[in-house]
Amino acid sequence: MTPAGGALAGLRVVELASDHAAFAGKLLADLGAEVVLVEPPGGHHSRGYEPFVDDRPDPERSLWWWHYHTSKLGVVLDLEDGADVTRFRRLVATADIVLDGEAPGRMSALGLDFSDLRAGHDELVWVSVTAFGRDNPRRGEPFTDLTLLAGGGPVWSCGYDDHSLPPVRGGGNQGYQIGSVWAAIGALTAILARDVTGRGQLVDVSLHAAANVTTEAATQAWLMTGEEVSRLTCRHAARQGNVSQQTLALTADGRWMNTGVPPRTPREFSALSEWLDELDLRDEFPETVFLELGAKRETIAFGDIGVDPVLTEIVSAGREAMMFIASKLSADDFFVGGQRRGLTCGPVYAPEEIMADEHITARGFPTAVHHDDLDRDVVYPGAPFVMSATPWRIARRAPRIGEHQHLVFTPSS
Amino acid sequence: MSSRSERPLGNVRICDFTGQLAGAGATRTLAAFGAQVIRVEDPVRQGRWDMLRGSGPFVDERRGPELGGGFNNHNVEKLGVTINLKDERGRDLLRELIATSDVVTENFAGGVLARLGFGYDDLREIRNDIIYVSNSGFGHTGPYSAFKTWGPVVQAICGLSFLSGLPDEPPAGWGYSYMDHLGADFMALAILAALVHRRRTGEGQWVDMSSIEAGITLDGPSILDHSVNGRPARRAGSPDSNHSASPRMVPHNIFPAAGEDRWVAIACRDDSDWAALAKVIGEAWANESRFDDLAGRYAAQSELDARMARWTSTRDRFELAAELRAVGVPASAVQQAVDRIEHDPGTSAWGLWPLVRHPEIGEVRVDGIPVHLSEADWVIERGAPLLGEHNDRVFGDFLGHTAEELAALRDANVI
Repeated sequence: MTPAGGALAGLRVVELASDHAAFAGKLLADLGAEVVLVEPPGGHHSRGYEPFVDDRPDPERSLWWWHYHTSKLGVVLDLEDGADVTRFRRLVATADIVLDGEAPGRMSALGLDFSDLRAGHDELVWVSVTAFGRDNPRRGEPFTDLTLLAGGGPVWSCGYDDHSLPPVRGGGNQGYQIGSVWAAIGALTAILARDVTGRGQLVDVSLHAAANVTTEAATQAWLMTGEEVSRLTCRHAARQGNVSQQTLALTADGRWMNTGVPPRTPREFSALSEWLDELDLRDEFPETVFLELGAKRETIAFGDIGVDPVLTEIVSAGREAMMFIASKLSADDFFVGGQRRGLTCGPVYAPEEIMADEHITARGFPTAVHHDDLDRDVVYPGAPFVMSATPWRIARRAPRIGEHQHLVFTPSS
Repeated sequence: MSSRSERPLGNVRICDFTGQLAGAGATRTLAAFGAQVIRVEDPVRQGRWDMLRGSGPFVDERRGPELGGGFNNHNVEKLGVTINLKDERGRDLLRELIATSDVVTENFAGGVLARLGFGYDDLREIRNDIIYVSNSGFGHTGPYSAFKTWGPVVQAICGLSFLSGLPDEPPAGWGYSYMDHLGADFMALAILAALVHRRRTGEGQWVDMSSIEAGITLDGPSILDHSVNGRPARRAGSPDSNHSASPRMVPHNIFPAAGEDRWVAIACRDDSDWAALAKVIGEAWANESRFDDLAGRYAAQSELDARMARWTSTRDRFELAAELRAVGVPASAVQQAVDRIEHDPGTSAWGLWPLVRHPEIGEVRVDGIPVHLSEADWVIERGAPLLGEHNDRVFGDFLGHTAEELAALRDANVI
């Protein structure tokens, strides 16, 4: 375990336990902030989220909890109990940031909202993470990750060519995670502003707004041209009538490969042509002539694809050559072979497969955390970015219920 | 309107080489919060190291490097300069700019900026406390550091595409460059974290971001299920991302609604959500006691899905979602762009689609910021810079070059 430190060392965060803002607290904690996670008596309900260690349901064995609460200290406070309210107020008085994932109006009803607690503590930054924003007309609506991503735009763009199948929610509770990354951005922006003004402020984060500005082409197409996009299997949803070629190739060992942007440069067309020769496959791929045409001309602009028939044929042959070669090789051989030739591609890895990949392990991404509760190390995902002076680290495993009560509330600490 | 210096990041200057969305999206956010972001582009190739400069969507039939819609969106509120880095006078000019900058940002493939003579060691010689943030697919170290990516390839490699799909179908993945957005957001966070550290200590640093690694951090519980329980995500029935296993919810799905390709998402978080939903359904099957608890509903998930789909398929997606929300059940129409941009008070009341003015494109709406600050908020009014639009301001007003010097540099195609 790396000793205390990190880019945010010296910042204290009080986080009210939630499921949708938990990742924001983890980001700040793993970057070095001291994050005190406040749970209600008995523990937060997300301790009941699967999967569990050895599939045994137990509030101390939720792997969801373990992942999202690394590096945090844990305390239990009943915000409807007088003595605990006093403790909470004292705790907030020592904090730089409060990370509040409560429903709009709850903290205010308790008399513990930003406006109640900033008196005499002008430096306080209060980050509120709600589904629609604190004052939004939709603020009271019930939500989950699924309904956020469905209402916020991402789902419309994801799914399959076959539209009798439903559109698809991207896996992993991304709606919560998108909003959480924005919450961390907002928190640090307010901290940097405070360095200059001496004053904290309210940071109001909307998960719905965050999903809405995470849809790339769907929003751009509408705002620029008034057109909608339409979902396609594992590739960019396209404006209607612009169905693109498949980008998923099935490799000889039965794995899916993403073949990237279609080849457009003379170097890429030459590389494909040479690769076919090396594999002795030229005779099996009749469109080689188009690859040679592509190798002799300048880079094809995206705007010309689908407009100029010859250029469209060249680009189409490039994509087909990628698919064809992939069908003859293992995923590993195609990926490394293609990339070494300058052809952008990548296997559709399951999470456990990328964690074992030689590049990722050489960079030291997988991160072992000691679990005294299991008496062994557990491998976690590592740093989202590598900081040379202030390395990201996991300071400790997620807290047990009330584990740091004494440490946090002992008068000397 | 507050002046730039009063905005949250008003005293931060960024020398910005980023492009596409994965890089430009990061400095966009900081520019909206007031950072002075100076986009450096190549005059010889008309800025085409960012392929979005001349790429659609376009507002009309005109084409060209000033007209790309995505480029405009991703570069609002930035200044734009052109510098030919193949010319020693250009490199001198860049050194001057870096010497007055807090941060240098780029998202070329690993090693490209170093080969131009501006790797981290070079940057540090120019300014010792510089913050250098690089964002590439694989990062700048490791056996694949020279490999190239774009959003969908990053998503494939990092596990996110795998986790998105229906059982027994190929991966559905993400129908756009999700990791360009999240890569940009993580990159913005990296810049901010490094700035916080430098404010306190005076120390700069190099942040080497791999968007693949950033993407893996979004797979957390699935990775722990393997590292702790030995259960791989590659197994029968997985992925199944319209259902919810973590936390377990049933029913939880995207159901057909009335009309062509119309869908509604419904999630029951607990037994009381189900009881409320069952009451709205009002049919005998919904009141069967075996569905009263989660275990019973989970055991009958396929049956429930089929019954639900029959029930929803004749209902209007907006009316049904509103009816369910009114009784406390999370539900939403699957909204397409027109629904969420033109008819959704959740986005309009937020001010999520600000109008910018661009000298060539005209007035267009762009993405806003999903965070509001109470004291000094973001501002998005100005579109993306034209090629070299701010050369005089940056090289003249900021760096002190005379009009004659700039004219000579312009004549020599240095700027």
